[in-house]
Amino acid sequence: MSSNSSLWSDAIYRLTRNKAAMIGGGILVALITCALLAPWIAPYSYSYQDLDLGASPPSAEHLLGTDILGRDLLSRILYGARVSLLVGFVATGVALVIGVSWGIIAGFFGGRVDSIMMRIVDILYGLPFIIFVILLMVIFGSNLWLLFGAIGAVEWLTMSRIVRGQVIGLKNQEFVLAAKAMGVSNFSMFKRHLLPNILGPIAVYATLTIPQVMLLESFLSFLGLGIQPPMSSWGTLIKDGVESMEEYGWLLIYPGLTFTITLFALNFFGDGLRDALDPKTTDN
Amino acid sequence: MLAIFIKRVFMAIPVLLAVATMTFFLIKLAPGGPFDAEKAVSPQVLKNLNAVYNLDASEWEQYTDYMTGVIQGDFGPSFKYPGRSVTEMIASGLPITFELAMYAILIALVIGVLSGVLAALKRNTMLDFIPMAIAMIGICVPTFLMGPLLVLIFGIQLELLPVAGWGQLAGDKILPSITLGFAYAAYIARLSRGGMLEVLNQDFIRTARAKGLTERMVVIKHAMQGGLIPVVSFLGPAIAGLLAGSFVVETIFQIPGLGRFYVEAALNRDYTMILGTTIFFSAMIVFFNLISDLASLWLNPRSRDV
Repeated sequence: MSSNSSLWSDAIYRLTRNKAAMIGGGILVALITCALLAPWIAPYSYSYQDLDLGASPPSAEHLLGTDILGRDLLSRILYGARVSLLVGFVATGVALVIGVSWGIIAGFFGGRVDSIMMRIVDILYGLPFIIFVILLMVIFGSNLWLLFGAIGAVEWLTMSRIVRGQVIGLKNQEFVLAAKAMGVSNFSMFKRHLLPNILGPIAVYATLTIPQVMLLESFLSFLGLGIQPPMSSWGTLIKDGVESMEEYGWLLIYPGLTFTITLFALNFFGDGLRDALDPKTTDN
Repeated sequence: MLAIFIKRVFMAIPVLLAVATMTFFLIKLAPGGPFDAEKAVSPQVLKNLNAVYNLDASEWEQYTDYMTGVIQGDFGPSFKYPGRSVTEMIASGLPITFELAMYAILIALVIGVLSGVLAALKRNTMLDFIPMAIAMIGICVPTFLMGPLLVLIFGIQLELLPVAGWGQLAGDKILPSITLGFAYAAYIARLSRGGMLEVLNQDFIRTARAKGLTERMVVIKHAMQGGLIPVVSFLGPAIAGLLAGSFVVETIFQIPGLGRFYVEAALNRDYTMILGTTIFFSAMIVFFNLISDLASLWLNPRSRDV
């Protein structure tokens, strides 16, 4: 890739000069590292209970305090980060695979195929997907993999529209026509010629989908329909925090703050990436 | 215009039918029936129960009976609340949810459009930066966090406003409406700023200014009509989002609306209630999307041919 990297090296240059995006990116790297290292850096296990202690405010032993069952909040936030980030990345991955394939096929073949496929997207757009996700969780019980699949199945629509638009712009360019004339198969056309050229918008939109996915997961967990105890995500921690916020405010504040900062970081990084890859949109 | 209208309405009908059918058969996959949680009942009682809930019919008959009922506005009995019908529960919750959503969307529109238009006009000044920073907060702080925080500040610390209920204490509608509306105000502010910036650079605005119109006329008569199209298109999908928001807000503030009924039904596995409300919600969302589509078509004649 190094020979044709001018777009990317330009983009990286612009990205590194965008302070908000770099701070966001830094926070994300730190968070992901913490989440990966949670079993080693967390001061306690997420399920270790100190019932005699109960809920205690932040102190030297428990930096962010403990919950009603005497569980260390910092450790629970660190372990919760694993679940929340995992949902964010995996569900976005699912959305990416469906949306990109859908968009490339619709855009490349055009005509009837395109109009039918995009009509389906239009129709799905108009449906109450959150209710659909809740329905699946109720019927099949809430398990993590179903959650990934259900959220991913909901979030691919915009991605498919973006990819389709890009592919339509590309498919009449000479290099695509040349490849076609040389008898390149459809699959390698997608893989070798179209995909590398639309990686930019895909990367941008994927980064901006992650916070939405995380919001959806925590929304479900908040309602009691997502991650089930003893597993914890930031959504379940916020839910627990809300239940006892009058007496033990820190149980709401710290998980809420962590979650909000993460969403900020993802949004700033995504915006920065978009500006870096497509300088034209910087004005908006 | 009329042709498009008729076409869209006829598109909506098969979509709704498909949603209702899919939901019906998905629910059939779910384990358990009515009164599962209760003590073992005698076979005779079970038989009677199944007859009451039409579960002794074949699946196809159950489906056609149910759909015939739905068309007549009858969503059947609730599984978990014997003696109450789903239609009754929807009818009792709907006005409350509707009122809440209306206040929220009103707050969102007024605050969002005003601050977005102002930010676009006073670009790169404090009037642009501060509202946009607040809008970023509105987008990043989820409703289920914003609500409890507002309760903590205005309800518990300052003791200014009631923290729960709907229409029982003076001012108890304020916090839920703001909680629900805030995120939308943020989105609308960003959308109207973006839309206005795009329009303000165009030639017809320069023409309007050149012929000596006051800035106010330029903005109100010329720029806003085009600049606010993104906001109008956003309103349709926003209704779907408001619905999800109402699940959270009604749970936090203990409001007996449709959203809370739905969440309770999901947690209690009240399948008939879930089925009924899902179909009902879908119909509402399809309906509002239709209206928002038609409104943007009307505002933007150029997209009519597409």
